[in-house]
Amino acid sequence: MSILVNRDTRLLVQGLTGREGEFHSRAMLEYGTTLVAGVTPGKGGQSAIDDRIPVFDTVAEAVEQTGANASCIFVPAAFAPDAMLEAAEAGLPLVICITEGVPALDMLRVYHVLKQKGVRLIGPNCPGLTSVDEAKVGIIPGGIHTRGAVGLVSRSGTLTYEVVQAMTDAGVGQTTCVGIGGDPIVGTSFIDVLDMFNQDPETEAIVMIGEIGGEEEEKAAAFCAREVRKPMAAFIAGRTAPPGRRMGHAGAIISAAGAGTAESKRTALQEAGIRVADSPSHIPRLLREAGVR
Amino acid sequence: MKLQEYRSKAILARHGVPLLSGETATTPEEARAAAERIGGAVVVKAQVLVGGRGKAGGVKLAATPDEAEARAREIIGLDIKGVTVKTLLIASAADIAHEYYLALILDRASRAITVIASAEGGVEIEETAKTNPEAILRMPLHPLIGLQEHQVRRVAFFLGIPAELRKDFATVMRGLADAFSASDADLAEINPLVVTDDGRLLALDAKIVLDDSALPRHPDLEAMRDLNEEEPSEIAAREAGISFIKLDGSIGCMVNGAGLAMTTMDLVKLAGGEPANFLDIGGGAKAERVAAAFKIILDDPNVKAILINIFGGITRGDEVARGIVEARSLLTRDVPMVVRIVGTNSEEAKPILAEANLITADSLDDAAAKAVEAARAGSAA
Repeated sequence: MSILVNRDTRLLVQGLTGREGEFHSRAMLEYGTTLVAGVTPGKGGQSAIDDRIPVFDTVAEAVEQTGANASCIFVPAAFAPDAMLEAAEAGLPLVICITEGVPALDMLRVYHVLKQKGVRLIGPNCPGLTSVDEAKVGIIPGGIHTRGAVGLVSRSGTLTYEVVQAMTDAGVGQTTCVGIGGDPIVGTSFIDVLDMFNQDPETEAIVMIGEIGGEEEEKAAAFCAREVRKPMAAFIAGRTAPPGRRMGHAGAIISAAGAGTAESKRTALQEAGIRVADSPSHIPRLLREAGVR
Repeated sequence: MKLQEYRSKAILARHGVPLLSGETATTPEEARAAAERIGGAVVVKAQVLVGGRGKAGGVKLAATPDEAEARAREIIGLDIKGVTVKTLLIASAADIAHEYYLALILDRASRAITVIASAEGGVEIEETAKTNPEAILRMPLHPLIGLQEHQVRRVAFFLGIPAELRKDFATVMRGLADAFSASDADLAEINPLVVTDDGRLLALDAKIVLDDSALPRHPDLEAMRDLNEEEPSEIAAREAGISFIKLDGSIGCMVNGAGLAMTTMDLVKLAGGEPANFLDIGGGAKAERVAAAFKIILDDPNVKAILINIFGGITRGDEVARGIVEARSLLTRDVPMVVRIVGTNSEEAKPILAEANLITADSLDDAAAKAVEAARAGSAA
């Protein structure tokens, strides 16, 4: 078992024929992901990646012809909101948007439309996710994983790889690693993924990687204290980062006093009984201390 | 991106928000001429993006054009939290009967544009939020429908807007919401919104912060960027597509990804050093961008060593390695460089780095320790 994607995932890639889309689609195929279609408007009828993958003009057509049940989006930021809506309109239950730089007000609308439709959106501005030895969707390097019993959720991109590599090097394998993305409005929160890991029988322990800004880590800590009985370790980036730009008085009014700093997040996690690492390389040791084999 | 008061007011005015827009001036003479055209008492206001300008002496009343010129002379050139005042806003002075606070902010927690309003406006609003939170209204707008009439009424009643001004208040509220959406803002704040002695509702001060991700579709707003208040190195970084924040330490950092860049800084500190900067070269970093990053880092004379940490995903390690070697050959100043490249195409990167005699490291902790050591050796030499 794993969460979100597995061997039954039939993936289509929106923007497959672009430079990044093709590079990473090839890597997904090599990993063993069942990649069934690409969508690039105007290139329908062609095939890509050494003629292995058919390309369609629309997501609806790709779904009808190939039975795709998830989409990964690599289109430029200006077209990404529309691409997410098209995927949802075509009935896909899972959409992973890698694109960074999507305007927040566009995301606001997309978020609520997809939520109403019951679509699970990961991202945008995220590295995607890997269910180890089953399916890799997005841009996480496949070689860093090893199969095991720890689930990982992170707000960062490359920092996620750093932690996964440290775990693999120490022989601590993973079930699924999910990058939820660092934008102000993302489809899936820490709590959503923590809840899935908590209910996944194969995931025995959980790693959470956060960073300064917002209050999602603090909320996740409260959720963990309430709901999660599995061993956990965490890392928060940004202890040395200068305080972020102030969003006028309104920003201070809307957030809880002192929330958002690395120390506030570390304290909240520690108070929830979660071991917090000073370096990504310490995560495997903390997991072992928490009882992970 | 933050907009100056006069820019923010111009946007609000375009959406029908009543205000005393005034004129900008960059010399005392211009200030006098503006005061003459406006007539009556005016306020001379420093246009800076940092907070606390009033307390720093950047906002002054002037009863006559003579006084406006004198006050402008005092304020131009004033240093407010490291920013030298170059531009003033000259606007009619208003006799204030009552002040309110009114803002819209993109609240990531509730995933909604949220109204924040209080009848206790002015500079003490954050204090009010702590001591008397009931005095502040927080109301999310519908994400798809936006501001609705009953919401406008709710805010007006909450604030206790006089009956005869409720129609004007609706204009302010709708104008603020329209301005927020039309300019893709993260924040649009009126503080204070005032009722004057003669019964007018006016926005006396305004602040708009724009969503940087949306700027590509607003070239008119991008053109309003105030380069006067940015570090030259930060301007150069943005033009090269790099996100960069200058700090005070001696170890320059070049990293792909914001989270990993912050982690690299944290580990430099943990190893006993101080980071000289935050630098994220972004996804898919090309050789040219690496070269630009080098230049930006080395323009800081405090930098004694550079730590390059690249974990490949979208970014390909061999491209970065080639970029590092190529860019380094063009540098006028050289410092020890510790390079760590892992992930996509990292194997292809290794021979390129080895050939160029760069200090390499496999783990991030090791890389941070080596960079701290190299910076110390560099400082001692």
